[in-house]
Amino acid sequence: MGLLDSPLNYFRNSQVWNSIFRHGVPRDRRTRVMAVMSNVFLHLHPVAVRKSGIRLSFTWCMGGLTFFLFLAEVVSGVLLMFYYRPVIEYAYQDIQDLRAHVTLGLLREIHRWGAHAMIISIWLHMMRVFLTGSYKPPREFNWVVGTILLVLTMLLSFTGYLLPWDQLAIWAITVGSNMAKATPLVGAGGPFAKVMMFPGTDVPMIHAGSDARFFLLAGTFVGENALLRFYVLHCVFIPCIVTVLIAIHFWRIRKDGGISGPL
Amino acid sequence: MTPILAAFPPEAVKHAINAATKPYWFITLATIGFFLMFILYKWWTRPAIFWTIFGLFLIGYFGSIDDANFRSIVAKPDNVPITMMVISVGLCLWLGLRRAAINDSRVAAGLPLSEEDRDDKVLVWPDLVYSELICLVLATAGLFLWAIVSKAPLEQPANPGYAPNPAKAPWYFLGLQEMLVYFDPWMAGVVYPGLIILGLAAMPFIDVNPRGNGYYTLRERPFAIITWMFGFLILWVLLIFFGTFLRGPNWSFFGPYQYWDPHKAEALNNIDISHMFWIDIMHRARPTADSNPIGALPFWLVREWLGFVIVAAYFFLLPIFLRFTIFKRLYENMGAIRYAVMVMLLLFMALMPIKMVLRWLFNLKYFIYLPEFNANL
Repeated sequence: MGLLDSPLNYFRNSQVWNSIFRHGVPRDRRTRVMAVMSNVFLHLHPVAVRKSGIRLSFTWCMGGLTFFLFLAEVVSGVLLMFYYRPVIEYAYQDIQDLRAHVTLGLLREIHRWGAHAMIISIWLHMMRVFLTGSYKPPREFNWVVGTILLVLTMLLSFTGYLLPWDQLAIWAITVGSNMAKATPLVGAGGPFAKVMMFPGTDVPMIHAGSDARFFLLAGTFVGENALLRFYVLHCVFIPCIVTVLIAIHFWRIRKDGGISGPL
Repeated sequence: MTPILAAFPPEAVKHAINAATKPYWFITLATIGFFLMFILYKWWTRPAIFWTIFGLFLIGYFGSIDDANFRSIVAKPDNVPITMMVISVGLCLWLGLRRAAINDSRVAAGLPLSEEDRDDKVLVWPDLVYSELICLVLATAGLFLWAIVSKAPLEQPANPGYAPNPAKAPWYFLGLQEMLVYFDPWMAGVVYPGLIILGLAAMPFIDVNPRGNGYYTLRERPFAIITWMFGFLILWVLLIFFGTFLRGPNWSFFGPYQYWDPHKAEALNNIDISHMFWIDIMHRARPTADSNPIGALPFWLVREWLGFVIVAAYFFLLPIFLRFTIFKRLYENMGAIRYAVMVMLLLFMALMPIKMVLRWLFNLKYFIYLPEFNANL
């Protein structure tokens, strides 16, 4: 068959195409199985699933949506990093420039709304898994992984909240990080800190410059150190952990018997 | 704007809603609604009834945009997710309980579950891959649309010297910030978040009921579902809604149609248990280091003895009492360790509504007031 007669078939029979996709067009059972098994992305799936398990009214697609939103956050977030400098001299101005001067200035909108949507979708995913009893054996451990992912997702959103460096940002983080000050034993304003002295002195072990909030903010208030710290946590540290845990989460779905259903 | 629309909702309705959203009414009514929702779950989840209720809610909610005070809360860009949360949680709740109602009716009639198809498998390509693709396209389109329609919020540049009033945490933590009305930060901001995380992680290990694994049901696991959903819907989602929409300057309460008046004054007449005991009952000042009626004991222990007794009874005697009464069978199924973990989580969770009710009824501030250690409960 020539290139001009049927260009699509020509490419599909070419050596280049066959070197990438080692199976024919997925039209029969064998090639459809091959399509899933021989693709690094698709092979997260099994080749066949329970019919009831993929119904939208069963899964609500919330887990998939959460993963999609995570990818959308990574893509838009990396693009945002080209335009944003995490120092207080520039941070706010860079956000304003993003709005005013970057072509199709939707990056921050997508990133921010996507983050909010991800928080909601992860809750709803959790509610679905709970209502279907899908955390029960043999899926207990995957529920625990999911719980950690929930916490990390909220921490991702929390650390990102500071970066625009506007009034909304610093005061929300001030309110949030003040909670760390109240941690029992290790927060300067928390229970028992004010009776813990170095033995034989009246020098406090825990004070505003050594407590849990100081560890979080790298300072006694939300300032430039906190901005840098939150930036690194937000862009590198937490996403790396989340990526590893997502891999475990997906792998365990397969190992624990795939999508849940009546035993 | 026609006069009819301008008057929506009518002033009388606005007043009624403003009154009904006061903390004690709102949370009490929501809790009653919560239990009715489970009792009547086969009735209200019927599509015609649900969509009627949901439609009326949407008309009332979005129709109220005309009210300037309501609009200033709901249309604030960072509050848009709250609207999304309310609508999507409502829809998912209906979907889940609808399927539970269908399954429970099928089981009662001797029919197999609607998810019962272990031998009926479909290939991932095309059935799953294509629906994933459609979801992905729709989600992308939705996200772009949202981004085009609504600008991401950006306020004035950060100014550490000027605190906004009210200063609010990100919206998903506002349930915890609302708890600060009833608890000190070490409880609302540290102990409770920690217990929520630990409790969620512990759940598969303390729920020993083998039924309801992999399908929607309410009848086969009512205790687990109602307890968990109370935590999620009332103590998390509802309190977030409350904290974002109904808390204004100085964290004062404002109804959804009320102006956020920064000068609204609220009486602060909350008292501690030790105040009730020593001042109201014993008619004397609370013991201090200099006036300690029982010198052998630390004065703070003498002062707060009743609070300590109440809290100790709640956390140590009540579990034992429950173990021999309503949780007898649960205890036998779970064993001592699982029971201990479960009952502690349950009692901590129940402490939130208990303290709310005590605040509303008796103006209770603290069970145990220990400024000496910053450890008030």
